[in-house]
Amino acid sequence: MESERPIQPGSVQIGQVIDGFRLEERTHRGGMATLWRVTRVEGTEDHPDEPPLIMKVPRFLGGDDPATIVGFEVEQMIMPTLAGPHVPRFIAKGDFSRLPYIVMERIDGPSLRPRLDAAPLPIDEIAQIGVKVATALHELHRQHVVHLDVKPSNIMFRPSRASQGGEAVLIDFGLSRHDHLPDLLEEEFELPMGTGPYMSPEQVQFVRGDPRSDLFALGVMLYHLTTAARPFGAPTSVRGLRQRLYRAPVPPRELRAECPAWLQEAILHCLEVDPAQRYQSAAQLAFDLQHPEQVALTERALRVSRSDRTGMVKRWFRAIGMESRGGGGIAEQAAKNPILLAAVDVLGAQPSLLDAVRRTAQRLLDSAPGARLACMTVMRINRIAMDELVEADGSSRHVNLLVQLEHWARPVKQGNAAAGRVTLHVIEASDPARAIVDYARKNQVDHIVIGARSSGGLRRYLGSVSAQVAAEAHCNVTVVRDATPSGG
Amino acid sequence: MKLALLTDLHANREAVSAVLAHARAEGAERYAFLGDLVGYGADPGWVVDQVREHVDRGAVAVRGNHDAAAVHGPLPSMNADARRVIEWTHGQLDAAQLAFLEHLPMQVEEGDMIFVHANARAPAEWAYINARADAVQSMHACVQRYTFCGHTHIAALYHLSATGKAGEFSPTPGVAIPLSEQRRWLAIPSSAGAPRDGDPATGYALFDASARTITFHRLPYDHAAAAARIRAAGLPERLAERLNHGE
Repeated sequence: MESERPIQPGSVQIGQVIDGFRLEERTHRGGMATLWRVTRVEGTEDHPDEPPLIMKVPRFLGGDDPATIVGFEVEQMIMPTLAGPHVPRFIAKGDFSRLPYIVMERIDGPSLRPRLDAAPLPIDEIAQIGVKVATALHELHRQHVVHLDVKPSNIMFRPSRASQGGEAVLIDFGLSRHDHLPDLLEEEFELPMGTGPYMSPEQVQFVRGDPRSDLFALGVMLYHLTTAARPFGAPTSVRGLRQRLYRAPVPPRELRAECPAWLQEAILHCLEVDPAQRYQSAAQLAFDLQHPEQVALTERALRVSRSDRTGMVKRWFRAIGMESRGGGGIAEQAAKNPILLAAVDVLGAQPSLLDAVRRTAQRLLDSAPGARLACMTVMRINRIAMDELVEADGSSRHVNLLVQLEHWARPVKQGNAAAGRVTLHVIEASDPARAIVDYARKNQVDHIVIGARSSGGLRRYLGSVSAQVAAEAHCNVTVVRDATPSGG
Repeated sequence: MKLALLTDLHANREAVSAVLAHARAEGAERYAFLGDLVGYGADPGWVVDQVREHVDRGAVAVRGNHDAAAVHGPLPSMNADARRVIEWTHGQLDAAQLAFLEHLPMQVEEGDMIFVHANARAPAEWAYINARADAVQSMHACVQRYTFCGHTHIAALYHLSATGKAGEFSPTPGVAIPLSEQRRWLAIPSSAGAPRDGDPATGYALFDASARTITFHRLPYDHAAAAARIRAAGLPERLAERLNHGE
């Protein structure tokens, strides 16, 4: 029988058994916590699918350090609410009255921290890291949590085998905020909370709960990986932290000439001082990094030097009073700025059905000012036989489809082109429904709009793509039918 | 152990029935009634009987200002509508029901929990907990980790850390909120009989003592029927109408 007496966090040692977990090895001793590899004493028979485990035990500095204690309290509160591949699986937690700890899944892959020393990284790798981290952040935001301490040492990657794995995993939720749970840190500190180089302007101003703060931090990381420099240095004073409110970073292309315009656009878009000027969801950033050629380039992409005095004043004005703005919850922020996908059979469908699909897509786009619309058509290729990639007249099938798709999307683009809200994609695949579902999953699409073939011989012959998409997609699907009466 | 927390029932039979049915379905094993069983609503007798039966089976119940007034006469601070209902309520209750109200305790302390209608600082003065400072005063006035009270008709959750830092939170209905043992908590579970946050849905909370979580619930109920009974009883129209708007 284990004693219920309190255990001093500093006194735990190898071989000790705490609540059925045996401490096997100390794997890390950090400033805030010690990590132990642990195993279950009674064996794993009762927990067949359980991954390898670690136990995190906070180190309370100088007796009662409120920062560590409350941070650990927050982590104990938030981790059990999280699920999915982008967070370590929560297993158990220990009472503060005896020994506070968290037992969780051990992530075997590396953290992003060492890659920082290797910067500048190849552009492809930067985009890939950006996509993975943004995808993880989007999943977190959808679970009502904003991390608020995104930095390379808090990002790990699952080991990748073949095409599996490799996902970014977010760790350390000690500064996080859950929309539906009390913010225990709100009143705790007189200083801004976060890590100096990565802290968003609104965090500097004590705003906790905007998911776009995490995008700012990711922007800082991407900037660093691209240029090997920090956009706002590593300030340690509040005064130093506040500089990011009025001082724009040196454009990445000035530090690294081969940084493409789209990447500078994406990075500076993340680093906007006003959250309303940033990407409105992590999924939208992930989307851009996966489609560089479709990134809408603005003045950000062209910037060649740190803003002049006028720019400074502008940035500063945007910073004023921005705390009062923002709104809704964390998950709502992501939901308010959805990615829509219109799957259009530009060559096969009836013109009236194409119109109907466009009207529906337009309505959805109009209903959410932050929404983006990806228009996609599938170029069907044969699974086995060599495909005719060139039409009889010598033109490329791919280009032809793109031309058709652009024509279809023109009425929608006219109203929204400036913000780059509409993008075009021709995907080559043998199974259109599978291609649409995969694309939607990879790009965190919230809503698919797709036309249904009118019932008739063709549908019987080819099967229904829309039905398969509606059945297999993980997001909302609107199946649009042609209003004109059909013969079948 | 799951404990259902109901406060400010205000003689609203339809709302209280809905809450009790929901709590039972959620696995509530115990009940605590945090005062103001009567006043405003048209079914004081039925509600008092319900609470009395629960108390006979081990439930906690404490006295609210309307309960005291129904026995001893309206308080000077009560408005005209409230006075009229209190006088009417007195006439509706039999001797046993009045005696039950008269003998309700001002507060009940049980282990690490304290149950009280308005606050734990000066329960008989009926001061509201409207802000963080009020909640902190109440928590300083008792030793228990959990304070459960009512009186404001607005759901709220306050917390106080060991270093004296206090926070407040407007709970999202249906979310189990972990109550860290590192701090003390004061919960106001909305109002079962007369919600006042603009949503007519009835409210209560479920405290899970073993999991150390609290879940605030809001439930739709037939408020039109409750309003109709107020009108049928000849009570002020305003009291009927505001049930439809959660005012």
